[in-house]
Amino acid sequence: MNTAATNGELLGMPARDTPQEASGPSAKGPAPVEIVVAYGFWIFLLSDIIMFSALFASYAVLSGDTAGGPAGSDLFNLKHVAIETLCLLFSSYSCGLGALAIDRRHLSAFYLCSAVTFVLGATFLGLEITEFAGMVAQGAGPTRSAFLSAFFALVGLHGVHVSIGLSWLVFMVGQVGAQGPRDYVLRRLHCFSLFWHALDIIWIALLTLVYLVGARS
Amino acid sequence: MGKLTWSVIPWDQPLPMTASLVLALTALFLLGLVTWKHRWPYLWHEWLTSVDHKRIGILYVLLSLVMLLRGFTDAIMMRTQQALAAGAAQGYLPPEHYDQIFSAHGTIMIFFMAMPFMVGLMNFVVPLQLGVRDVAFPVLNAVSFWLTASGALLVNMSLVIGEFAKTGWLPYPPLSELQFSPGVGVDYYLWALEISGVGSLLSGINLVTTILKLRAPGMTYMRMPIFCWTALASNLLIVAAFPILTATLGMLLLDRYVGMHFFTNDGGGNAMLFFNLIWAWGHPEVYILILPAFGIFSEVIATFCGKTIFGYRSMVLATMAICILSFMVWLHHFFTMGAGADVNGFFGIMTMIIAVPTGVKMFNWLFTLYRGRVRFEVPMLWALGFMVTFVIGGLTGVLLAVPPADFVLHNSLFLVAHFHNVLIGGVLFGGMAGYNYWFPKAFGFSLDRRLGLLSFWCWLVGFYLAFMPLYVLGLLGMTRRVQHYDNLAWQPYLICAEIGAVIVFCGILAQVGQLLLSIRTRARRRDLSGDPWDGRTLEWSTASPPPSYNYAVLPEVTGRDAFWAAKRGRSPNAQQPAAAAPIEVPNNSPNGFVTAFFAVVMGFALVWHIWWMAITGAVCAILTLLVFGWVPRAQTEISAETLTASERSDAAARPGSA
Repeated sequence: MNTAATNGELLGMPARDTPQEASGPSAKGPAPVEIVVAYGFWIFLLSDIIMFSALFASYAVLSGDTAGGPAGSDLFNLKHVAIETLCLLFSSYSCGLGALAIDRRHLSAFYLCSAVTFVLGATFLGLEITEFAGMVAQGAGPTRSAFLSAFFALVGLHGVHVSIGLSWLVFMVGQVGAQGPRDYVLRRLHCFSLFWHALDIIWIALLTLVYLVGARS
Repeated sequence: MGKLTWSVIPWDQPLPMTASLVLALTALFLLGLVTWKHRWPYLWHEWLTSVDHKRIGILYVLLSLVMLLRGFTDAIMMRTQQALAAGAAQGYLPPEHYDQIFSAHGTIMIFFMAMPFMVGLMNFVVPLQLGVRDVAFPVLNAVSFWLTASGALLVNMSLVIGEFAKTGWLPYPPLSELQFSPGVGVDYYLWALEISGVGSLLSGINLVTTILKLRAPGMTYMRMPIFCWTALASNLLIVAAFPILTATLGMLLLDRYVGMHFFTNDGGGNAMLFFNLIWAWGHPEVYILILPAFGIFSEVIATFCGKTIFGYRSMVLATMAICILSFMVWLHHFFTMGAGADVNGFFGIMTMIIAVPTGVKMFNWLFTLYRGRVRFEVPMLWALGFMVTFVIGGLTGVLLAVPPADFVLHNSLFLVAHFHNVLIGGVLFGGMAGYNYWFPKAFGFSLDRRLGLLSFWCWLVGFYLAFMPLYVLGLLGMTRRVQHYDNLAWQPYLICAEIGAVIVFCGILAQVGQLLLSIRTRARRRDLSGDPWDGRTLEWSTASPPPSYNYAVLPEVTGRDAFWAAKRGRSPNAQQPAAAAPIEVPNNSPNGFVTAFFAVVMGFALVWHIWWMAITGAVCAILTLLVFGWVPRAQTEISAETLTASERSDAAARPGSA
């Protein structure tokens, strides 16, 4: 059924409306709140990844501009980076287990998984801080060259995200403890898992483009 | 107190001191008035803590109109300086002050006039047009607005406390680096935009989610009003582009505060990196502004022609094509900076291709006018003025897209004339059309028509007088941002431009008068029908102003122009207040206002290197978010009886409604 005075109608032509348009999920009205929240958070994660991509681009442009200072191959210790990577990836695994546990309302399993996630994430962060401190001690701090500015900004921004994630995890465990697994708590936990896994994706890109490429060249 | 001392206030400069005195007295007068009338509780409960998308939209537009006054003051000061400062005459503005004025003018007009104007109209209209009760995240919406307002406040603080940037509206390094701009001006710019940029990003996420996930039953994508489509495209661009701005300005901040070497001359820094990054945001930004304006014109033209928009599908396609193409043209902002002929050729052609979907839109509007019964109301006149003006601006844009021509015209007044032609003729005219069009919906009474017409004609004539001479001046070789010139042949053109600016000023006065007069005589301007223009889309099916929950029962949509169909009785969408079920509306939340207050404290302290205060501000802002996040957000339930009663009384007050 056509419902509008279309141009065709005003011009004397028969109006038409395609009936198949009315089918599909949008025919049912607004989506439920858990869908809306997760969807909005996905959009946020996309924007966050774009922010990282600007820093990746800067790193790609500046990675050769060492201004006579040390290059990546002089600084990167792949064994150190491998341990960092393992910590972060296993923390995502435990984060996923935690999500399964809370879905089944196994609160003690959830707390255990969250504790493991936190310890692994904090270890990652500690290793990163050690690496940064070591570089600064050798005179390869962020002000030494454009390459190092880009390196510290890019890897540091990921580190800041991990710290935010750890604080968020503490907040969420507190909320589960104080308020129980209510709907809005579960929605937030879902967003936290998405966030924590997105940090893995960014780290894999970092590992490849910064450390693996940088250590060889 | 860091770098902050009493000497940073420019006591010896009469212009900024007078301006700030006027501002301070106005603010004191308003605060006094609110106190005297005992309106603080009203202001706090109804506006400052509101999470209603309509209220927030109105606040955005209010912010933008105030900033329009500020930005226009800068503009007319520059026009006057250039009309005077020829040959031996030096004008009245010293160079360091003139540089701040053109930087502040551009920054304010783009970020705190055009952006809030468009975001405000989208906030107000989109949920109503989609037939839903609010945006996806109402509290986040308030946070977004107040962060934008924080940025505007920081920029305006720089008028009195310290100085503003002298680096243009985009702070190109190495000029904007600490070595060449040691003052706080660039820092004001950077922190203001970092804070308001977060607000814009959050608002973009909010509206994208709203449009993609919250629509009335039956409101499929291809039934959405064109304004919702352009709002979707614009907000997708915000989500994709604003993070680049945040990152780029962040790198400049690291250069200035920590001594890093992203864009510096020494240490291997690369200033071209900044140009590429800032325009990878900056070019989509102009489409973020113009696309909603295109949507407004589509709604206005369809309504005042009494026809549905011509070529709906091609309109949607053109919108989304512009959305994607806008990311592939950024290099045309610096053809002259040595990228080589192949690269310039590619970006020149990509730029010209954007004229194709824009042309499609122009023809669709023309064909909508064709055989329509055009009513020359104020919004429609803005739309017609836009169609003529924007085509001229678009054509000069295609000229600039030709790299050899750009080598002649780069950074000349021809460029200045071009982008004012599209930004005023497109975005500002769009904002004004939307403001006049939706004002009765927002406040329940319409704006005065005669003063509206006067303001439109003043703006239109003033615009042409002010900017057409700049095209000529650009071809004569006058560059932009000139505080003084020796070539006396330029002066007549600049005097003509000054006259144009004065006529635009008359237009602004007419608008202020229109608003004041309409408020005074609102009793006889009441819009009881809710549909003063014989509208086509769902927002006109509600009362004016709409209730906080917009719709007691979500409308069932069966086609495009849903309200038009309902009025013609061709849709089962008759209002059925008896069937209302109880609904929940979110309670007010001071979250946005308080967070933004601490963000201002933090930004101000960072500008002046007051580290203890910056840390306090940041910690308090985060604590605010955590505290409000910890307590579950309360909702108020409106019972079915209340809904039914209010809908009945509303229906009784509306004579001709279905």
